[in-house]
Amino acid sequence: MKILVIEDDREAAAYLVKGLEESGYVVDHAATGTDGMFLASSQPYDALVVDRMLPGMDGLTIVETLRRQGRTMPVLILSAMGEVDDRVMGLKAGGDDYLAKPYAFAELLARLEAVLRRGQSGQPTTRLIVGDLEMDLLSRTVKRRGQVIDLLPREFRLLECLMRHAGQVVTRTMLLEKVWDYHFDPQTNVIDVHVSRLRQKIDRGFDKPLLNTVRGAGYCLREPA
Amino acid sequence: MSPRNALRTTTFRLALAYLAIFVASSATLLGFIYWATSGAIDRESEQIIEAELTGLREQYRQWGIVGLVRVIEERSKGDRADEMRYIVVGPRFERVTGNLSVWPPELRDRRGLVEFPLSVRVGDRSEKRQTMAMAFDLPNGFRLLVGRDTKERSEFRERVIGAIAWSLALTLAFGLMGGYWVSRHLMRRVDAINRTSGEIRAGDLQQRVPVTGKGDEFDQLALNLNAMLDQIERLMGGMRQVTNNIAHDMRTPLNRLRARLEVTLIEKPDEARYREAIQETIDEADRLIATFNAMLSIAEAESGSKAESLARTELAPLVDHVAELYEPLAEEKGLTLTVAHAGVAVARADRHLMSQAVANLLDNAIKYAPAPGAITVRTADTPLGAEITVTDTGPGIPPESREAVLARFVRLEQSRSTPGNGLGLSLVQAVAKMHGAELTLADNAPGLAVTLRFPPIRDARPPAK
Repeated sequence: MKILVIEDDREAAAYLVKGLEESGYVVDHAATGTDGMFLASSQPYDALVVDRMLPGMDGLTIVETLRRQGRTMPVLILSAMGEVDDRVMGLKAGGDDYLAKPYAFAELLARLEAVLRRGQSGQPTTRLIVGDLEMDLLSRTVKRRGQVIDLLPREFRLLECLMRHAGQVVTRTMLLEKVWDYHFDPQTNVIDVHVSRLRQKIDRGFDKPLLNTVRGAGYCLREPA
Repeated sequence: MSPRNALRTTTFRLALAYLAIFVASSATLLGFIYWATSGAIDRESEQIIEAELTGLREQYRQWGIVGLVRVIEERSKGDRADEMRYIVVGPRFERVTGNLSVWPPELRDRRGLVEFPLSVRVGDRSEKRQTMAMAFDLPNGFRLLVGRDTKERSEFRERVIGAIAWSLALTLAFGLMGGYWVSRHLMRRVDAINRTSGEIRAGDLQQRVPVTGKGDEFDQLALNLNAMLDQIERLMGGMRQVTNNIAHDMRTPLNRLRARLEVTLIEKPDEARYREAIQETIDEADRLIATFNAMLSIAEAESGSKAESLARTELAPLVDHVAELYEPLAEEKGLTLTVAHAGVAVARADRHLMSQAVANLLDNAIKYAPAPGAITVRTADTPLGAEITVTDTGPGIPPESREAVLARFVRLEQSRSTPGNGLGLSLVQAVAKMHGAELTLADNAPGLAVTLRFPPIRDARPPAK
């Protein structure tokens, strides 16, 4: 997987490149908007991580220009401006996701994985399967090892989100955004409580837990090794 | 303010322009009156002369020259003798009768109505009198002249012209004086405002524009400016306080963070200890970020930049949605969370900020209410406006502290040991202000009851999509 990071802050860029390389990506870095635009339009990348305010060319302009050129690679926009309106602007310009600074690297990695995954399956799914856990999106039923699990609507949405990103880390902020459509920091561990309730329903009584907590980052639903 | 300045004001220029229009229209009006009245007097004289001539001619036809002479002699002694002039002459202009001594030379060859100065005897002096006269040829070479003294008419004309001139002059004088006075008066008020704003710009934020109490536009302006200044002063005071609080509240965790890293370095730990220290550091940093985010949200809500994002919103679904998020948390703590709706409460609201405000209220309620306890969220459609009320059975907030807890970073608990940053209610307050809503904290006996009351929506349009 080859990623292009367009970020003008040297330290932030070094930290991003290092983190991404350690997570197994091949990373190129551009320090100005113009360099970034040149690289992005001349070489194939699997995804772009673009800072919004850049010297030379604005991050949103880069994304818009690339989209007009018909380039569809996923783009994750980074910005110091994280209000809902700014997010909407970033997403309208053609970004796939938007992350406000300061961010946790785990959050960035989780979101990057999520947008990379998006590019792969174009088919609308009606069935999600992780190990022996099955979700039927049409009849809205969940079964584990053939045994029906009763979920409340919000638990269903939560599980759906986790299953769609199976194998990836999903952060609390992502869950709050994707399941509840809220873009704020709850002061308490409200998401943890929801996840622990869901865990009780899907993992209790089964020897191998599917829903794992990733310390300092979030949660990950995966088939036990 | 110097008088020269008053003459240069817009008000004075407007007064001058108005005065010019006024003078022109009154001059036209007075001119018309003059023309109409003096014309009427002229026509009256003509009619009198013509009527007199016709009467005398009639006398002559009936009684001959003897009858005419008799009538004229009578008339010359009558009560209008002073005003009317008569003379009858023979073929060679020799006087036969009348109150004139000679046939006026101007009328030897002219017929019709003629106006000329005539010498008349007044007492023992001869005086030139403007006279309007008409001559008539009688058969047998006699001539008859009937005239009328027009002194009265000229006098009237002079008086009217004088009156017109005076009234125009007075109008002009009063207009100029009035314009000058109004300009000076208005300028004084504007000057006061200019002086105050100058002093404020020079750094004295406490200055206020004087209000006269007349309730006029200038008072309105002054009140508005003063309200604006109050707000600016309050905001600046708030900012100063926030800076102090940040210094305190951010410095403490930053210090802790630094100390932890330092100690970890000193104690020569193993890898596991390093990892633990780093993890703790990250958690601390996360808390700091959360505090910053909360402050940014408050700043954003306070700046009111989202005013255009307010849309007609039904409060019940919004509250249900937030309550759903918090319900497991409450249950986990042994609290019951109840949602109740009375009527369809609708307000102009920003969904995100309002959700966050309700979330903060629930968060607080859950944080402070001991188990077992009850938390309720209610929406109600009241005649005063839509309401959201969150109540809990916790310790509540004593009345004297209720104002204080709305300020940033204020926490009643001095030790600041429970998690939180003291920004929760500040955000609720900022969001309420942005929505024009009223935030009240009351006693739930026991516990706290927080109510957000929105201003009623005037237009009854269906909700926009």
